[in-house]
Amino acid sequence: MFDLDPSSLSRLQFGMTALYHFLFVPLTLGLSFLLAIMESVYVMTGRAIWRDMTKFWGKLFGINFAMGVATGITMEFQFGTNWAYYSHYVGDIFGAPLAIEGLMAFFLESSFVGLFFFGWDRLSKLGHLTVTWLVAIGSNLSALWILIANGWMQNPVGAVFNPDTMRMELTSFWELMFNPVAQSKFVHTVSAGYVTGSIFVLSVSAYYLLKGRHAAFAKRSMIVASAFGLASALSVVVLGDESGYAVSEHQKMKLAAIEAMWETEEAPAGFTLFAIPDTKNRVNHAEVKVPWALGLIATRSTDTVLPGIDDLVLRAERRIRNGLVAYDALERLRANRADAEARATLTAHAADLGHALLLKRYLADPRKADDATIAKAARDTVPGVGPLFWCFRIMVALGFFFIGLFLVAFALSCRRDFSHPLFLRVCLWSLPLPWVAAELGWFVAEYGRQPWSIDGVLPTFLASSSVSVAQVLFTLTGFVLFYSSLAVVDVVLMRTYIRLGPAEALRPSSAAPAHQPAE
Amino acid sequence: MHHLVDYEILRLIWWLFLGVLLIGFAIMDGFDLGVAALLPLVARTDVERRVAINSIGPVWDGNQVWLILGAGAIFAAWPAIYAAAFSGFYIALFLVLATLILRPVGFEFRNKIADPRWRSFWDWALFAGGLVPSLVFGVAFGNLLQGVPFRIDGDLRVAYEGSGLFELLNPFGLLAGLLSLAMLTTHGAVYLSLKTEGAVRDRARGFIRVGAPVSVALFALAGVWVFYGVPGYALTTAAVMDGPSNPLFKEAVRQPGAWMANYAAHPWMMAAPALGLVGPLLVWGLSATGRAGLAFIASGLGIAGVVGTAGVSMFPFLMPSSVAPSASLTVWDASSSHVTLFVMLVATLIFLPIVLAYTGFIFRTLRGTVSPADVQRHSNSLY
Repeated sequence: MFDLDPSSLSRLQFGMTALYHFLFVPLTLGLSFLLAIMESVYVMTGRAIWRDMTKFWGKLFGINFAMGVATGITMEFQFGTNWAYYSHYVGDIFGAPLAIEGLMAFFLESSFVGLFFFGWDRLSKLGHLTVTWLVAIGSNLSALWILIANGWMQNPVGAVFNPDTMRMELTSFWELMFNPVAQSKFVHTVSAGYVTGSIFVLSVSAYYLLKGRHAAFAKRSMIVASAFGLASALSVVVLGDESGYAVSEHQKMKLAAIEAMWETEEAPAGFTLFAIPDTKNRVNHAEVKVPWALGLIATRSTDTVLPGIDDLVLRAERRIRNGLVAYDALERLRANRADAEARATLTAHAADLGHALLLKRYLADPRKADDATIAKAARDTVPGVGPLFWCFRIMVALGFFFIGLFLVAFALSCRRDFSHPLFLRVCLWSLPLPWVAAELGWFVAEYGRQPWSIDGVLPTFLASSSVSVAQVLFTLTGFVLFYSSLAVVDVVLMRTYIRLGPAEALRPSSAAPAHQPAE
Repeated sequence: MHHLVDYEILRLIWWLFLGVLLIGFAIMDGFDLGVAALLPLVARTDVERRVAINSIGPVWDGNQVWLILGAGAIFAAWPAIYAAAFSGFYIALFLVLATLILRPVGFEFRNKIADPRWRSFWDWALFAGGLVPSLVFGVAFGNLLQGVPFRIDGDLRVAYEGSGLFELLNPFGLLAGLLSLAMLTTHGAVYLSLKTEGAVRDRARGFIRVGAPVSVALFALAGVWVFYGVPGYALTTAAVMDGPSNPLFKEAVRQPGAWMANYAAHPWMMAAPALGLVGPLLVWGLSATGRAGLAFIASGLGIAGVVGTAGVSMFPFLMPSSVAPSASLTVWDASSSHVTLFVMLVATLIFLPIVLAYTGFIFRTLRGTVSPADVQRHSNSLY
């Protein structure tokens, strides 16, 4: 799947560091709101146990937050280090939400997180509560701007190609900000974060109840987590970001690939529950379908046709041919900047310029492409159907499992009944599942975006820096070793503090654990 | 809307903002870096180390955003610089990233386990997290002043021709790195003398007596070196200040003495190097007479002077190319579009004052010093 060239290696490195970063982000998103809710109860009721809950979950939040911050630094720098042509080509648009994220959100979150940990004695009750809410709001706003940037990669609105600067330039900041793909991604992603935070609290609390420790603390935590988790789990599925897939051509391709829908079906299309996609012969084996479901989910209507993969490949072929007209005009314009006819032709066909660039995988000059090469490039627009089909289904199944789990947890919480060992064990062992779902979700979104770095605008293989294979191998190896060791340290610390429990961890001046405490 | 402000004015404003952000980073995150790099020097016991670490404990995270924002703003306003510099300094930046990553986890994890080997490991990690970035950022500036070996093809793809990290470590680059390290550690020491008590404060004061004069000497040496030995760059075609951002539309040459041209044409620009010299001298004097608060302000001004000197010496160049001077990136041809610069200006004018306001509030809330007794009393709730 991966060749040994700087672009593929950079992709591997970016994918790895991004998935790693996202091990910490969802817990920050979810836990920050849970902390704010717990502290609100403390301020309203004045009961110390709610303050201790905020502090103890806050300690675990702190360990996770540090990892999130540390791994986040890498993400922002990598666009420049490994994707320099991407940065040149779309920095005019893509850089803005990243910078605004820093200004508006990351500053807020990071500045106040210090006061959250160190400000308990220096602020009034209400003052500290405000700080906690600001951290939660900051981290969520942060996600908003990052997803506006990511949404634009999936659906590049509000921008146009400028032949004088050889790059895409912003035409409408509002379109960028209110990109429907970005909006649905934001709701979906933060909800998934809330689910992660809730399951984390649920399962650690279940661990205490199973061990018969800290019952009052664990029960209250469970009540908060089950209520917040149920609302979030419903939101994550109902507002799944599939709704955004119908808006653009390549999003349609991603959708068709996720559904392994080779041929266009009559509206409303059915949802394939199970199948073994056969990429070579472009058919599915052992298919089980639910009629109508896909059409309803994806288009929110009964009469909008969803195109299949084969039709979308034909459309891509037409766009490549159209893009070649734009490419030819661009070459003429570069030879003579005053050529008004070439400029007009380019403007008329600029929307498909990116498709002509797909041919650069095979030819230095796309204009020399024959029909066979064009057809091959058009087929390149189909992402890997098998992995997308299955990853998506596992993610959705997990989503429904979370709803079920929180329904039971919520019902039991309402009856203040926390005595079912089986339920507690299910909670405990569900701990890794939200992370599995979140990572699969990102895999579907980004692997499904291939072969594009920016949908329809810039192919991934053109987007990387002019760095050597040796350089990228060096940093890739470095990140793998470095991140693996950090992961071990993080898990050890989390386990140590969870086992230590709230009473011990919150004693103001006990010595910190000498090493891992005995069981 | 964006026509409210002319393109060339926006480019000038964003050149200024670039300076403001770099200075903001150097002042705010600079003392965190300095304190971390000074750890083995000013703090010997575990309690002393915790005093030093807790003096920056509640604020380092917010301060670090100046770096994130700086990178984000370069991406948004100067995408060509972001692309060329970050990919060109590939391995150097990896070193910075690797050591910067150690910082957040070092602060957070160090105190979580009492084992002395564990703590000593994180002390060294924090030390590296302070030392390496301080040094590398200076080295990067030193190389920008000399020009960087890159070319740009017709697609505006940057190809870096250097051999990598070791080429950056040339004599002038190293001098700039040492200057940066001296200034940031002195800045960190001033912060420690302001915010700690006991042995840490005393050793920090002792360090300032060395660090401040060394900063002045290194800065003066760099100035003399630029005057006699570092050729600058100059445009040979008239600058089109509101033209499209395409660095290939102009011509430039490498020219001895060109980095002094701006001072000859605009003598008021001498204020920047003057500030860079006077700042550390004031730090020296103010700290010796026990006025740590004023010394911190003087230290900030000195840093602003040094960063500003690099900026005005090179203007309008941002990243000159040593192998193809005409491909150099300048204020007039490496920026974002008119629309983007305008949008970013509006966003900055709205949010930067808010950021400064709550940063001020947070520092006021956290006023006072950290003493050995404090960290012992709160051995579990502090870092």
